[in-house]
Amino acid sequence: MSAPTLERPAPDETALQQRFDATIAADRRIEPRDWMPEGYRRTLVRQIAQHAHSEIIGMQPEGDWLLAAPSLRRKAILLAKVQDEAGHGMYLYSAAETLGADRADLTDKLIESKQKYSSIFNYPTLTYADVGVIGWLVDGAAICNQVPLCRSSYGPYARAMIRICKEESFHQRQGYELLMTMMRGTPAQRAMVQDAVDRWWWPSLMMFGPPDDDSPNSAQSMAWGIKRHSNDELRQRYVDMSVPQAQFLGVTLPDPDLRFDEESGHWRFGAIDWEEFKRVVSGHGPANAERLRRRRAARDDNAWVTEAATAYAAKHAGTAAGSAA
Amino acid sequence: MSTDVTAEGGHGAIPTGPEVPVAPKPAVTRRDWPLYEVFVRGKRGLNHVHVGSLHAPDDEMAVHAARDVYTRRNEGVSIWVVKAADITASSPDEKDPMFAPSGDKVYRHPTFYEIPENVPHM
Ligand SMILES: [Fe+2]
Ligand SMILES: [Fe+2]
Repeated sequence: MSAPTLERPAPDETALQQRFDATIAADRRIEPRDWMPEGYRRTLVRQIAQHAHSEIIGMQPEGDWLLAAPSLRRKAILLAKVQDEAGHGMYLYSAAETLGADRADLTDKLIESKQKYSSIFNYPTLTYADVGVIGWLVDGAAICNQVPLCRSSYGPYARAMIRICKEESFHQRQGYELLMTMMRGTPAQRAMVQDAVDRWWWPSLMMFGPPDDDSPNSAQSMAWGIKRHSNDELRQRYVDMSVPQAQFLGVTLPDPDLRFDEESGHWRFGAIDWEEFKRVVSGHGPANAERLRRRRAARDDNAWVTEAATAYAAKHAGTAAGSAA
Repeated sequence: MSTDVTAEGGHGAIPTGPEVPVAPKPAVTRRDWPLYEVFVRGKRGLNHVHVGSLHAPDDEMAVHAARDVYTRRNEGVSIWVVKAADITASSPDEKDPMFAPSGDKVYRHPTFYEIPENVPHM
């Protein structure tokens, strides 16, 4: 005898789509068990996974300085910051799983280069000033990108972003404070800060992605309420915020074309080297291979911990069942 | 140039071309670790609120992991974890007849009753 089948009316795809569209139009949130178009789900899984990968890989450039921090205070701060980034990755994998993805599988795809992470983390951290500049500029750019995502149409993603944004402010402020401290130091320390700014400024502008006229996926993401502002809009906002901060700090941003446009009230900046961006994002940046090698090692070398915990849990469950019987 | 790259990853530009696979495949590691939903009581006097999920080999490890992931800054004074598989939920459909009985009972709300302005303390 075969299992009974529940009598269900055939799902009316048009009605479901209409309800989805109405929810988006009313600026309400889509929740995990709602019907959603396949493209919406796929776009979200891809975006959330790659965002999560960026948080996880992003621990490496700064993590490199944990054992060489100049003081216990700086070490404690950096440790907390790097731990936050791990947490951000966890919030995001958790959101991706509400869409049917599996986080171990996503990690495998990262390690096998089938999914990517932000190109910014393929640059090396050469001095401790890099730690400060990453906090100020890289986390600063991340904040610009992430704040609008707190209103993303997918509920679990928006909620993860709210948690993340609450923590990012600490990241940016500790970086800026570190740089202010160095700028009050010796000429060599000031030169170190300037050198770090010279190396990170342009890659941080690239974090916002290609110019709008070269970003055809954006329109659909905007229509779905996944994305709220265009790449160029966010990049301009970031430049306008960063220039006065650079002036206060006393560093020069490495752009001879940077000037204030009285008419628009915006800082105009020079041309971005998109060839470099393309090179780095497609795997030919200074540190791509090293980042993935270490992520793979973290998975494989620590597999015994996972196995031991599983074995312990199994044994413990057996004992508990035994004593209950 | 990059028809397949956007800045949607929050932390920066990422490729989103159709060649990037998103369909789940059976995982090798941690496949047997159950998914736990995590609830945190922010402070005394408040309810536990759902904050996210995690995988853990057992209940105790789930509580420890939840502390590390969800309460690094005094976000909570108490944590509940529950296996996602043990949760029974209503249908996700907001227009579900399940909630219809409460929809048409306006007399359950105080605003249903008109009381003159000059009646005190009401
Ligand atoms: Fe982060
Ligand atoms: Fe951060």
